[in-house]
Amino acid sequence: MPEIKVTPLGAGQDVGRSCILVSIAGKNVMLDCGMHMGYNDDRRFPDFSYITQNGRLTDFLDCVIISHFHLDHCGALPYFSEMVGYDGPIYMTHPTKAICPILLEDYRKITVDKKGETNFFTSQMIKDCMKKVVAVHLHQTVQVDEELEIKAYYAGHVLGAAMFQIKVGCESVVYTGDYNMTPDRHLGAAWIDKCRPDLLISESTYATTIRDSKRCRERDFLKKVHETVERGGKVLIPVFALGRAQELCILLETFWERMNLKAPIYFSTGLTEKANHYYKLFITWTNQKIRKTFVQRNMFEFKHIKAFDRAFADNPGPMVVFATPGMLHAGQSLQIFRKWAGNEKNMVIMPGYCVQGTVGHKILSGQRKLEMEGRQILEVKMQVEYMSFSAHADAKGIMQLIRQAEPRNVLLVHGEAKKMEFLKQKIEQEFHVSCYMPANGETTTIFTNPSIPVDISLGLLKRETAIGLLPDVKKPKLMHGTLIMKDNSFRLVSPEQALKELGLAEHQLRFTCRVHIQDPRKEHETVLRVYNHLKGVLKDYSVQHLPDGSITVESILIQATAHSEDQGTKVLLVSWTYQDEELGSYLTALLKKGLPQSSS
Amino acid sequence: MAAHLKKRVYEEFTKVVQQQHEDLSSKKLRLTKPSKSAALHVDLCKATSPADALQYLLQFARKPVEVESVEGVVRILLEHYYKENDASVRLKIASLLGLLSKTAGFSPDCIMDDAINTLQNEKSHQVLAQLLDTLLVIGTKLTENPSVRMRLVEVACKHLTDSSHGVRNKCLQLIGCLGPVEKGVAKEIESQAAKDVQKIIGDHFNDQDPRVRTAAIKAMLQLHERGLKLQQAIYSQACKLLADDYEQVRSAAVQLIWVLSQLYPESIVPIPSSNEEIRLVDDAFGKICHMVSDGSWVVRVQAAKLLGSMQQVSSHFLEQTLDKKLMSDLRRKRTAHERAKELYSSGEFSSGRKWGDDAPKEEIDTGAVNLIESGACGAFVHGLEDEMYEVRIAAVEALCMLAQSSPSFAEKCLDFLVDMFNDEIEEVRLQSIHTMRKISNNITLREDQLDTVLAVLEDSSRDIREALHELLCCTNVSTKEGIHLALVELLKNLTKYPTDRESIWKCLKFLGSRHPTLVLPLVPELLSTHPFFDTPEPDMDDPAYIAVLVLIFNAAKSCPTMPALFSDHTFRHYAYLRDSLSHLVPPLRLPGRKLVSSPVSPSITPHEDPSQQFLHQSLERVYNLQHLDPQGIQELLEFTIRDLQRLGELQSELAGMADFTATYLQCQLLLIKALQEKLWNVAAPLYLKQNALASAAAKQILEETYKMEFMYSGVESRQVVIIHHMRLQAKALQLIVTARTTRGVEPLFGMCEKFLQEVDSFQRCFISELPHMQGSFVDKLLDLMPRLVTSKPSEVVKILQTTLRQSTFLHLPLPEQLHRATANIIEPTGESDNPLRFTSGLVVALDVDATLEHVQDPQGTVKVQVLYPDGQAQLIHPKPADFRNPGPGRHRLITQVYLSHTAWTEPCQIEVRLLLAYNSNRSKASAKIPKSTWSESLEALPQSENGIEGTIPFSKPVKVYIMPKPARR
Repeated sequence: MPEIKVTPLGAGQDVGRSCILVSIAGKNVMLDCGMHMGYNDDRRFPDFSYITQNGRLTDFLDCVIISHFHLDHCGALPYFSEMVGYDGPIYMTHPTKAICPILLEDYRKITVDKKGETNFFTSQMIKDCMKKVVAVHLHQTVQVDEELEIKAYYAGHVLGAAMFQIKVGCESVVYTGDYNMTPDRHLGAAWIDKCRPDLLISESTYATTIRDSKRCRERDFLKKVHETVERGGKVLIPVFALGRAQELCILLETFWERMNLKAPIYFSTGLTEKANHYYKLFITWTNQKIRKTFVQRNMFEFKHIKAFDRAFADNPGPMVVFATPGMLHAGQSLQIFRKWAGNEKNMVIMPGYCVQGTVGHKILSGQRKLEMEGRQILEVKMQVEYMSFSAHADAKGIMQLIRQAEPRNVLLVHGEAKKMEFLKQKIEQEFHVSCYMPANGETTTIFTNPSIPVDISLGLLKRETAIGLLPDVKKPKLMHGTLIMKDNSFRLVSPEQALKELGLAEHQLRFTCRVHIQDPRKEHETVLRVYNHLKGVLKDYSVQHLPDGSITVESILIQATAHSEDQGTKVLLVSWTYQDEELGSYLTALLKKGLPQSSS
Repeated sequence: MAAHLKKRVYEEFTKVVQQQHEDLSSKKLRLTKPSKSAALHVDLCKATSPADALQYLLQFARKPVEVESVEGVVRILLEHYYKENDASVRLKIASLLGLLSKTAGFSPDCIMDDAINTLQNEKSHQVLAQLLDTLLVIGTKLTENPSVRMRLVEVACKHLTDSSHGVRNKCLQLIGCLGPVEKGVAKEIESQAAKDVQKIIGDHFNDQDPRVRTAAIKAMLQLHERGLKLQQAIYSQACKLLADDYEQVRSAAVQLIWVLSQLYPESIVPIPSSNEEIRLVDDAFGKICHMVSDGSWVVRVQAAKLLGSMQQVSSHFLEQTLDKKLMSDLRRKRTAHERAKELYSSGEFSSGRKWGDDAPKEEIDTGAVNLIESGACGAFVHGLEDEMYEVRIAAVEALCMLAQSSPSFAEKCLDFLVDMFNDEIEEVRLQSIHTMRKISNNITLREDQLDTVLAVLEDSSRDIREALHELLCCTNVSTKEGIHLALVELLKNLTKYPTDRESIWKCLKFLGSRHPTLVLPLVPELLSTHPFFDTPEPDMDDPAYIAVLVLIFNAAKSCPTMPALFSDHTFRHYAYLRDSLSHLVPPLRLPGRKLVSSPVSPSITPHEDPSQQFLHQSLERVYNLQHLDPQGIQELLEFTIRDLQRLGELQSELAGMADFTATYLQCQLLLIKALQEKLWNVAAPLYLKQNALASAAAKQILEETYKMEFMYSGVESRQVVIIHHMRLQAKALQLIVTARTTRGVEPLFGMCEKFLQEVDSFQRCFISELPHMQGSFVDKLLDLMPRLVTSKPSEVVKILQTTLRQSTFLHLPLPEQLHRATANIIEPTGESDNPLRFTSGLVVALDVDATLEHVQDPQGTVKVQVLYPDGQAQLIHPKPADFRNPGPGRHRLITQVYLSHTAWTEPCQIEVRLLLAYNSNRSKASAKIPKSTWSESLEALPQSENGIEGTIPFSKPVKVYIMPKPARR
């Protein structure tokens, strides 16, 4: 039985370093190639030696697909392609392709320049890696090779985030990447058609959460910021350089404009300009509002938001700072956090999910004393707020997507095991489809029941549909034809054509049968009696009495001869071709019962 | 039959061919045959290839065909149809047949048989579909004939088994449009064909082609529209279609379900997979709610829209639509709305700093959580959060409609509506504000909600702010803090956007009069009075101070204890404001002071009664006078007119009525005066000069009648008759004057004829009203009509003159409601001394902001006129989008007028005013009179009478100082 095998190298019952291997109908596809925020050792990248111990990865993988530019989905890409070695195609959407190298470069800088690590990928490697990337458009079907095709759907999570459908023949897998089912200030909602894949691999970050309406969340956020600023406090919002940051920027920008506030808003690092540039360019990937209004004013041209300089952190007075990275594990956000943590007037708003082990996770879980590098103890007096702005689908959203796509199987990744368990149970209960949640390195095998397409010649189709009743959707229809399996393709043709193609002569197969009847009369009288009998019984068929003394029922021939030994026994010879098997056997059975005696 | 026809056509055809050879006789042929068909025929015969023929047909299709020749053309076309091998040409012919049968006045039953016959041998599916389309056209023209319809339906049923979706599509459409609707008729002809049409269509609900499925549902809906009661059995079928793969099917299915839910709201349907049963309307509601989270936004819009009109749904289901259980890490979490409400009820609100309550509370039983609710759960929550603003608007509209019918739902949906005030798309915000206003009777705003509402006052869009002011006008606030908050925010708004002044004052007026008891404790603070110290007197012209006073005075109206809190200057300011802003400041009973207000205020009896009585009495007095000779009458009329005008000024409710009648009496007065001129006694050549008065009177009466007809809303046909009658009299007067002053008879002929025609058309238009007009001018005139028609102009004039003098004064019945259209230009104010400078030859944009009241169809009628000092006048048609409709009967025009002129030496004033354009064609009479008579009379009327267009100035002109500078070289 054909099967689809899925092995997560990362993100199996875990969040971070998403990397999922899928083998479908003999094709091997790697979905995402991310790094893990929580580790600084070998564990930060997926274990590619699982794929092959020696030899190039290119021989084992048909393609790599990157769903979006977050580092936990693409962070290991240069390592994978340049250091481990992969030369095959890498697919991503246009915005992802544009923004991905910026983030990789940033990541490299932090790791190599700040932490002084060696044996890390270089800028050149990032460039080389990006050369292998093939950009795809939304809803564009890309033929990777003759059989494997992929198609991107809008996922809404960040700019350029996409869900991918991987299809070989009739078998298909949809990988969602990260997605968001509720639209936000700058992106629309994820959407997929009823593609009915064999397997849907979905993220499940918020498997056990149903969120409040986004408007309430936005209002809460704005209120928090506004109040702190009015108190004269400073607000730190750790964000990933791209994505959430832009949404929050738009939100604050419009709010500032509406409320006529004067406190400065800063956005850290030079990334912003570059990133905003791309946001301005990829307007088609944003939401309805931005797409409609950009003719008057591009929403990403901020009026109130300025670039941040390190020195500003010590300025007196209120301010709002967006700083990277989002989980407070390194970089500028951590620096600013250290400076501001001591003052209770200040506030840090964590707008997204924090991986275990990061400072963000620690302060969110209520730790007030943090051990920093060099045995320093940092006391956190500032307010810590958590605002679920993370653009992942919540439990309802995930269910909604499953309802839209109607998959036959669901596989959950990118979430915590305990939460997945709950969602898994819900999915099985409500959709009656099987659901899997493999851990890293664990292989899930799904058996598929693919339908096999067969080409049929139009002539035959028309001829066969013309016979009998109207086509009815509910009933299967019986057809006669010859199935030719040749060169990996199937064709259904009429028997004549099949014979012609194969160069065979037509053979006729006839069944003959002798039936003994006790009848003392003359042969032709017997024949007449048989004729009358048959004529009486088989009203719907054409029964003929031929001049040479034989009877035909349709194409079945019946002849009668007297038995050579016993003249009282007549032998009826019944002969039919195999096409008329049904009628022929019926006829013999009828004749074997004998002729009715009543007729004289 | 067909064969016979074919033969006939064929004969025609052969004739033509034969005669084509002889040039001479071909002319003869064209005289005998309809030229069109022959020409076409010749063309078609000449065509050597299908492409050629197609070209000829295309050319032919561009030209109209006269009714008489349609049949001939059809025959020719059919003839070619039979011979033609090329499918595309046949297709074109088939479509032409359809077009031709649409020709007005042509009855297509004669070609129906042929069209049906052509169906039989047709192989091409496209042509078949087109032919069926043609049959549909024929069928819709012959709807009165049941047998034709039956026949066509039968034909359609036969082709339903076709393998092409196009043909099936058309068949279903045909059945939908023509299928028998009345039960009785269906039974009679049952023997022939018609089984149950619904069943036939229903069978195609699961056709393999989505387009056919859609067509089937649409056909069903069509049947419903035509009055057939759909069977309930369809419901379950339709429910299955909701899960269809194709959006157009789902969209149509949603409609069908809605229709069924309206037809059988109370029937009981089982819930699958359980033993329970619920009402059909509830079930349908649940299903449509489910479609609000459909994958296609078209379906979502459709579903959200329909939800609004399902008012029979039980409240339990209705309230579920706003329900969304939150959880976080499997623990129940309360929504922000619930938290806000709790904070409020615990009296702890306002700081907003306690966020700890955000934390999730109790654990949830994992088994009990239902992530995908069947039915209505959270439908509106989803709809309001949708990606597409179209869906959000539809959801807001639906909320509005449902909330209007259910107060408890209104209370519940408030939180969501308030949230929508922060939507990113302005249209949605505006829509939700309007919605809130509509349901404001049912609700009271909590403070936290008010807070969110008021935050929107800072919005930079004027529409939003004004809509919000409107909303605040009719909002109920629960606490005095709420009032204070609203006032503070409104004042903030005032400083930020000074142009909102009027609107804010008005808003505060209503706020004060609605919440007197809440304002009372705030008064000392608002007026900043102090128990011991005198505080400085505030600036009287400060708009903010005026705003506060407006609030307080309006509250004081129903709160007699309040004036005690006022300080001296407040009383003085009251007197001033009562005079200058009388529409905002109500009359008050102030202690130690004579009543400043109008004499009626002490008694609480309705104001209208005495004044209305007065109005009627004075009218009675006038109408009692039958003959119009003596001097006394003139005086009486003059007095009455004066009285009425004064009454109108005093009583705004009666202003329309009083003005209207005054105008009428004025016309009458003018007429009387004109008729009493001495000139009538003098011999013709002598009074050339003197006629000035009479002709001016005639002119003025004409103008006034147009004003009466078009400037008042609420005028009914009874009044229109009188007005037209008055106009007729004026025209008669004009005719007489002209007859007297001009020499020669020729010009009189035309005028007389025209006048008679007018009388004629008057008779036609108002035939039903004539019995009420005993003894009037027109009544007498009509009696004399036979004589008038035959007599000479001079005699006509004589007759007219005597009739005019003898005719009685018609009683003008008053309608219930009568409002005069008024306009008030708010901007430009006309106060500025700084001229608007611009370079001559270029344009300058002048912002015009005006309020219009009681103007019907302002988009079509209101114009802006600019008068330059050199007498040049410019008429500007504002764009339809420039008109906003803030409330019933009120409109607001915010537009820009472009000015330009050649250079002036010094600044000068131009005048801007609003005009009401009218066209006597659009007369109100036309709406009241049955169509047929009107169109008949229209045809009979000469063009000149049809389209008298003109304008009535209806606003005070505003002067704007401008200065076009010469361009620098």
